[in-house]
Amino acid sequence: MGLIGEGLIKAVEMLLSGDPELLAITWLTLRVSLTATLISVIVGLPLGVLLGLVRFPGRKLLVTVINLGMGLPPVVAGLWVTLLLWRSGPLGQYALLYTPTAIIMAQVLVSLPIIIGLTTSTFQNINPQLIMQIRSLGASRWQLFIVLIREARLAILAAIMAGLGRVLAEVGASMMVGGNIKGETRILTTAMVMEVSKGNFDVAIALSFILMGLAFLITFALTSMQQRKRSA
Amino acid sequence: MIIYELEDVRYDIESKKESRTILKVDHLSLQEGEIVGVIGPNGAGKSTLLKVMAFLLPPTTGKLTYRGQRINPGAVPMSVRHQLATVFQHSLLLDMDVFHNVALGLKFRKIDKVEQNRRVEQWLERFKVAHLARQHAHTLSGGEAQRVSLARALVVEPDILFLDEPFSALDFPTKVSLMEDLKQILKETKTTALFVSHDLMEVKYMTERLVVLIEGHKAQEGPTDAVIHQPNDQTAPFLNQWRQFIHSFSGRIGSPSLPY
Ligand SMILES: Nc1ncnc2c1ncn2[C@@H]1O[C@H](COP(=O)(O)OP(=O)(O)OP(=O)(O)O)[C@@H](O)[C@H]1O
Ligand SMILES: [Mg+2]
Repeated sequence: MGLIGEGLIKAVEMLLSGDPELLAITWLTLRVSLTATLISVIVGLPLGVLLGLVRFPGRKLLVTVINLGMGLPPVVAGLWVTLLLWRSGPLGQYALLYTPTAIIMAQVLVSLPIIIGLTTSTFQNINPQLIMQIRSLGASRWQLFIVLIREARLAILAAIMAGLGRVLAEVGASMMVGGNIKGETRILTTAMVMEVSKGNFDVAIALSFILMGLAFLITFALTSMQQRKRSA
Repeated sequence: MIIYELEDVRYDIESKKESRTILKVDHLSLQEGEIVGVIGPNGAGKSTLLKVMAFLLPPTTGKLTYRGQRINPGAVPMSVRHQLATVFQHSLLLDMDVFHNVALGLKFRKIDKVEQNRRVEQWLERFKVAHLARQHAHTLSGGEAQRVSLARALVVEPDILFLDEPFSALDFPTKVSLMEDLKQILKETKTTALFVSHDLMEVKYMTERLVVLIEGHKAQEGPTDAVIHQPNDQTAPFLNQWRQFIHSFSGRIGSPSLPY
């Protein structure tokens, strides 16, 4: 049977037995990634809309920086957050390094540019005539914003999926700022790296199944939201 | 009674190299209940004028007065915006069904649900598209979409309706039937309207007073028929072309029962 077969069997056993440590890791992963994505959406969506619709001096430079940020290597994000949270760093007094909060910060750093960047390009493509039409029907700024978000919902959900995907897959930053501490900051990706390095392939396979399962479930949920039958 | 007045309006577009004036109109007013036409060749600045008047595009300079109130185009009060509605050449319906498209303006005005439904149904009915209420807006034909777009503007019972070539994208029979319906509705509701078009037949049928815009200037203004039959030096080249076309056209098909 060999490595892979045994690994698979053990993985299924672990999953079925509902191992509490596994559950805790999964739960933390979910909590951290969803929080980071949510923050990125709340901050990034309005910024993206603004950058897409409003022309102002320095806009091009800002868009360039954000587009560069979309490819920001997670370890670099991790390094920045570490420097920020280090005991003698600017936010050192709050003792946030090696906590889930630190992981969330690093993950926001890698997903925020994706949300902003993709939202910007989406809104840049909205027909200005359509915006004028909506305003002409008596929409306030806020009502216009809501209507446009709704109008662009397919692209926005795609941006959210891209952001969430990046956060779920990311390992370098979480390792650096979280430290993979058992019961505290261990998430699926960091746990996998550790188990593989210890040669525990069965556990690693189990973890990978859960990670893929999560990614699949969330993407499935968002996709079905996105592709819901066109209705009111 | 004059309900809208525009004075010394100029609209410049600034590019890196040059600044170009595309609209320069000294005076234009709308009387309550009248339908005023604006005609002119492509690029004359008709749409720009309409957008400025509808407070969708702040002019470079100029004075706009609505019902005695001087309006600052940079900060148009919501209460004023809520008195106006615009229909463009392309229907620009949102990605939702017809009913909800028509309800938009009422939602923006926070009108209660029961009243919303009542008015949407009423206006879909008036524009003969009630049977399409549940159809997705992006699946409509051009004529249907423009009917919906007009219903969406009139459902808010605007004090002034701005129409920017609402029939230009329609085929002839569709255009004629919709024009008849719209004219009747505007008369029944006594809605003041600014009707922009480059088609003399349309403005002749729809409007009582006509403004001819040429290269951003008001080249002539007066009762529609008078302007058509007595063009001045500036407007003659454009208007005569149209008159010749209409003559040869009606000559060819006998005595047409056109609404024009
Ligand atoms: N945002 C803009 N940037 C540059 N040029 C513009 C802009 N808007 C309008 N123009 C120019 O101003 C002129 C008037 O445009 P406008 O759309 O008002 O004309 P129009 O009379 O409505 O023409 P049409 O019959 O083709 O609709 C045109 O030459 C157009 O190219
Ligand atoms: Mg135009």
